[in-house]
Amino acid sequence: MSGVAEWFRWLNSAHGINLSIFYDGFDQRRFVTGIETTLGLSLACVAASFALGVLGAWLQGSKSRLVRASVRCYVEFFRNTPPLIQLLFFYFGIGALLPTFPDGSAGGQPLVSNLGWAIVSLSLFAGAHNVEIFRSGIEAVPRAMREAAEALGHTRFQIFRLIVFPMAFRISLPAFNNNLVNLVKTTTLAYAIAVPELLYASAQIWSESFNVKEMMNVLLLVYLALIAVVVWGMGWLERRLRIPGYSV
Amino acid sequence: MRAAIRTLVFVLAALIAAKSAAAEDTLEAVKKKGVIVIGVKNDYKPWGFLDPSGQIIGLEIDMSDEIAKKIGVKLEKIPVTAANRTEFLQQGKIDAIIATMGDTPQRRQVIGMIEPNYYAGATNVLALKTSGLSQWGDLKGKKVCAVQGAYYNRRVSELYQPELVVFPAVPEATNALLGGACVGFLFDDTLFSSWLSSGDAKWANYTMPLTSEDPQPWAIGVRLEDLKGPFGQLLSAMVTEWHKTGWLLEREKKWGIKESPFLVEMHKKLM
Repeated sequence: MSGVAEWFRWLNSAHGINLSIFYDGFDQRRFVTGIETTLGLSLACVAASFALGVLGAWLQGSKSRLVRASVRCYVEFFRNTPPLIQLLFFYFGIGALLPTFPDGSAGGQPLVSNLGWAIVSLSLFAGAHNVEIFRSGIEAVPRAMREAAEALGHTRFQIFRLIVFPMAFRISLPAFNNNLVNLVKTTTLAYAIAVPELLYASAQIWSESFNVKEMMNVLLLVYLALIAVVVWGMGWLERRLRIPGYSV
Repeated sequence: MRAAIRTLVFVLAALIAAKSAAAEDTLEAVKKKGVIVIGVKNDYKPWGFLDPSGQIIGLEIDMSDEIAKKIGVKLEKIPVTAANRTEFLQQGKIDAIIATMGDTPQRRQVIGMIEPNYYAGATNVLALKTSGLSQWGDLKGKKVCAVQGAYYNRRVSELYQPELVVFPAVPEATNALLGGACVGFLFDDTLFSSWLSSGDAKWANYTMPLTSEDPQPWAIGVRLEDLKGPFGQLLSAMVTEWHKTGWLLEREKKWGIKESPFLVEMHKKLM
């Protein structure tokens, strides 16, 4: 390890290529924390936005007009406003109105932390897209299939859970993958509310070590690798779920 | 593939050549253009801030005005932050930085710091009077708001281990402090004293509970190649003059800043 650190130190002094994350313990810790936060944030948002998407798609088929209209409102609101503005709105707009709980210090701890707001806001944003994505999948499931299930005496929930959604999910996968890739990239916005994710960590490092160019390259490569893993994982899922002989 | 690589190398070489050809004396270039572009703060009352009509004004703007007047060109002000001013200067977007910039050894490697320094500030924390903070060690493990690119962020987090929540600029950090997201706001004590003395009701319950630390002189920044050139020499002579004549002391008073011992000392030394 120290050999690697020495080499990067030499690279900086001899060629002016300053990759401080490899030889400066403080910068390294910040960067590693950044990667961990980005991974955690991405996983939490993927899970929550998937759940929101499924729930929204299910409720869109509801008999009640009120429920359908509320889902519509949610989708339109979050799909038609910029995610950065949503994030700032939640953190500065709503976060400041919520009560704090005491932790011994004077002001107390806020009810929802900045990481918490980032998860809420980005999940709602991606979830709105997922509702639409799953809806398109559900509409592509042949009507006859649903009628057949009804004829067999399945309830509405059973039809959704056992027949319509499994088919619709497979149809939606390519669009869903796209949205996930976007979501992982969108986590960089959390930088604006000081969530210590990758971009935030890198910005801290370059504003103190003056290695903007180097860190920009590192950032691009790390995100490229991160997204490659997501794309590969989703490709695997797509192959895994393929039903032989059933074309969509 | 081979051809593509060759093209890429050629483009890179051309870019490098273009970059070195662009390096000419800034003073000449400014005179030719008829305008000097200075990077200033717009969120740092009263050094550089927005007046109700949206104009940037303040003590540092007065300095910029003097410089433009001296060279005989128009002044263009570009708002900068601690995180982007170095790049703006290096890329030639601005000709000089007058933006409450602390003169540190690390920064000296990439920015030409004009001597003498024109001001000096130190680090403190703004917190509620009831925060219970009394020494720097009390910050340990607590959430403390800060602004990106400030030179003391790293020092304070290494020494006292607060959990720093670092925002892109002062307004966001201020909002977070007022919203209760952190116990305190780590920044220049000069900014805090101007807020606290402004009589603004929103700061009535706030105070600087710690002893200011790590005094740091502020400098005008230019590109490294300009430091020893005519542009750097002109600025250096002007700052010396400002200290000598007491112009900076007079400006300080005009903007309602508490008299700084640094300015008094510099004035005495040069008089």
